[in-house]
Amino acid sequence: MTPIQCDVAVIGGGPAGLAAAVAATEAGADTLLLERHVELGGVLPQCIHPGFGLKLFGEELTGPEYSQRWVSQAAGIRRLTDTMVVSVSPGFTVWATGPASGLLEVRSGSLVLAMGCRERTRGAIAIAGTRPAGVMTAGTAQRLVNVHGHMPGKRFVILGSGDIGMIMARRLTWEGAEVVGVYELLPHLAGLRRNYVQCLQDNDIPLHLGHTVTEIHGDRRLTGVTVCGVDQAMCPMPATAQLVPADTLLLSVGLIPENELTRALGAEMDAVTGGPVVDDRMQTTVPGLFAAGNVVQVHDLADDVSLAGAVAGREAAAYARDGTAGAAWARVTPGSGVRSVVPQRLRLPADPATEITLRVRRPVEQRCHLLLTVRGATVARRRLDYARPGEMVSLSLGAQAAQALREGGDLAVEVVEA
Amino acid sequence: MEEYDVIIVGAGVVGALCARELSRYRLRVLLVEKAADVCSGASKANSGIVHATTSPRPGSLKARYCAQGGRLMPAVCRELSVPFERVGSLTVAMSHREMRVLRGLLARGTTNGDEGLEIVEAERLRCLEPALSEAAVAALYAPNVGVVNPMLLTIAAAENAVMNGVTLALNTEVTGLLVEGERIVGVATGCGEYRCRYLVNATGAHSDEVMRWAGLDDLRLRPRRGDYFVLDRPDRRPGPSEPGHSREGDPLVRHVIFPIPTPASKGILITPTTEGNLLLGPTSTVSHWREHPPVDGDGLATVEEQVKRLVHSLDLRRCIAVFAGSRPSGARDFLVRLEQRPAGLLNLAGIESPGLTAAPAIAKEAVRLLAEDGLNLSPNEEFDPVRPAPVRVTELSPEERAGLVAEDPAYGRIICRCEEVSEGEIVDAIHSSVPATTLDALKKRLRVGAGRCQGGFDLPLVVEILARELGVSPYEVTKSGSTSVVLAGPTPAAAGSEE
Repeated sequence: MTPIQCDVAVIGGGPAGLAAAVAATEAGADTLLLERHVELGGVLPQCIHPGFGLKLFGEELTGPEYSQRWVSQAAGIRRLTDTMVVSVSPGFTVWATGPASGLLEVRSGSLVLAMGCRERTRGAIAIAGTRPAGVMTAGTAQRLVNVHGHMPGKRFVILGSGDIGMIMARRLTWEGAEVVGVYELLPHLAGLRRNYVQCLQDNDIPLHLGHTVTEIHGDRRLTGVTVCGVDQAMCPMPATAQLVPADTLLLSVGLIPENELTRALGAEMDAVTGGPVVDDRMQTTVPGLFAAGNVVQVHDLADDVSLAGAVAGREAAAYARDGTAGAAWARVTPGSGVRSVVPQRLRLPADPATEITLRVRRPVEQRCHLLLTVRGATVARRRLDYARPGEMVSLSLGAQAAQALREGGDLAVEVVEA
Repeated sequence: MEEYDVIIVGAGVVGALCARELSRYRLRVLLVEKAADVCSGASKANSGIVHATTSPRPGSLKARYCAQGGRLMPAVCRELSVPFERVGSLTVAMSHREMRVLRGLLARGTTNGDEGLEIVEAERLRCLEPALSEAAVAALYAPNVGVVNPMLLTIAAAENAVMNGVTLALNTEVTGLLVEGERIVGVATGCGEYRCRYLVNATGAHSDEVMRWAGLDDLRLRPRRGDYFVLDRPDRRPGPSEPGHSREGDPLVRHVIFPIPTPASKGILITPTTEGNLLLGPTSTVSHWREHPPVDGDGLATVEEQVKRLVHSLDLRRCIAVFAGSRPSGARDFLVRLEQRPAGLLNLAGIESPGLTAAPAIAKEAVRLLAEDGLNLSPNEEFDPVRPAPVRVTELSPEERAGLVAEDPAYGRIICRCEEVSEGEIVDAIHSSVPATTLDALKKRLRVGAGRCQGGFDLPLVVEILARELGVSPYEVTKSGSTSVVLAGPTPAAAGSEE
């Protein structure tokens, strides 16, 4: 086997990987894009609802349309589809397999990880009960309906108010199925408010906050689930248990970044995001290893994924060209009220234009401030009318913060009520 | 009506190994299973341990067959190309008071013929199992204890039996016995009647019911259920797999870790599987479920609490699946008996733990008992004890893998990305001598959908491959046979475009 040589290899051809490949190519790198599926776009082709592209293209597109924009831009880029990366070695060597390509060895100067995420499953949240057919994640159901033309069931219960779950509640209703309700463990919505309004409210699908599924029933095919209210500690209250007949349970209970390859390469991981620790150029703690999109943290909007991918691609090309990884970094840490923050490191001297993205720990339904502090002093702030865990927010680092970081110290991010 | 020398009812590990053992001889053998696949009862939902004999009472059948089966198991697994690993076990004492129990287990195991048992303490114990709780005082170390994948063992045994001439009837539920005078002469099933000279009852959780059909009332099983967690395997190492370089990462726990046993069970344990997962469980509670018990939330909570006493650092967030199994408990000992009245019935009943370990010995004993009763055993000249290993792309060197994909591109298309299973391997399993015709059957053989995404990514593809290879509609594809259909039908748009 003769290894394939390239400057930048991009693993994953979804919104992050496509943008990375386009940006790396624009920066002059010889780029190779590897995608396990037969078509590019990742999860986008199954997201036939609108809501994509407002930020990047200034118009509202469906997932397949948004994907097509990027696929067109990537037209001239070397790619291997239907080819799955099975292993990576430091330095970088990538092993991949596909029906047309056989087993390949790819040597690249730098690497962009854009593998996206997977859905949390029944097993991951350990729901008790039988193990019949008719239990699946919302994204699997979305693929079955929108790509394969199959209805997974007739009467659905949806556990979790994640975006895919709410979007599927609407989709299944439109396809003639009955959606009994969406049950959310947390006392607040997990996904975007706009999805609650457009998908659930507009279609009269009830949302039950502070509820969970405690047991699955049915020997062969699902016959129903037990739903239960939960107390403040999120423990089910047996007195509220209720049997809900259904033939399908969809789970929309969170997404987990897919990082087996990342960990294998020794990159430091962030236990909260589930992704690698990255700097403002989307470089992990392994020099030359970049990551972007849902592999780093779960995003709300594909546009943001593409933007992060473009940074990773551009910087991966620069690394492949001159091999500079950086010399000094400041740490970015989540402070009061903040659950997670990306990037977790800033390369020094810090770039004032850097966008710091974060998720708050719990909903703040009133005016509040995002604060950046260095050594206890506030160096940047942004006012928000509200802040919700389901909606990622960001603020720019700014000149004052960049200057403060020149003099040492780390950056803390917090949210305070106004 | 078809006539067989021997009909075995139940294709669990005992029935399948028994069928294979009988296929050494020129006999017409029928293996009958009510489920859509072999290994669908107690054999599929257990810890997969090849036990020492520190538990069974000396002189019992459990002690005898466990010792014999444990000795036979490595060779059986080698012949059948089933992974077997002698990981060793540690039965852990958390106080000096519990040391007495360890000495008792050591004495019992030694009486039963175990070799290499020893009590290890302090530094030696930490060295053997660094993850163990600091509260652990000492442990009984049983170096010969092994782990085996009970599903692959049962499937491989059934495949080998079929290769050697045994007829397998899946989806065939025995509904009654055919009796002539004082002799059992066959079975009535949902698919007609079958006659035989000998009937072997290997029905696990139902073995006492079958005995009652024959008028035998000396066994009453009270099933016990057990809940388990399955934790994700460790990350694979970088680089391709090559001879001498496994890609599998190091597990957190290397040995089977037992607590001090209770009178009712061996307790809740931590088991490293041959696939690299950790299995936590089981609980042991009396239940009315003879098979497929539902997972119990309280049971899971008990498991979590107990295993964390043994190994603090277990991270339950790595859980990828939960399941429950039912054990045919209630008998004081295994019941392995060729009946005189009615004649023609061999009961292999009440086979609970250590039934998996004992199964190869029970199979041999079954043949001996049948021969003793007059079944003529002339050797099957064509018998081949070897069931070749199915292709697994992850186990090939880069050169072998490239060559295979060049020959058949389907081995290059990865369908299950968590467990790295190719379309070629799935197609092979669907067309093997014990065909995998359901999602669960593929999961047992190949771990398709058994990894961390639990089939989230591969389900739509696997359904289409099954439909294509079986020549059925995707709407007929099931999870585990019968009415367990995966899909309800086409979307209105898809239905419209078909018309």
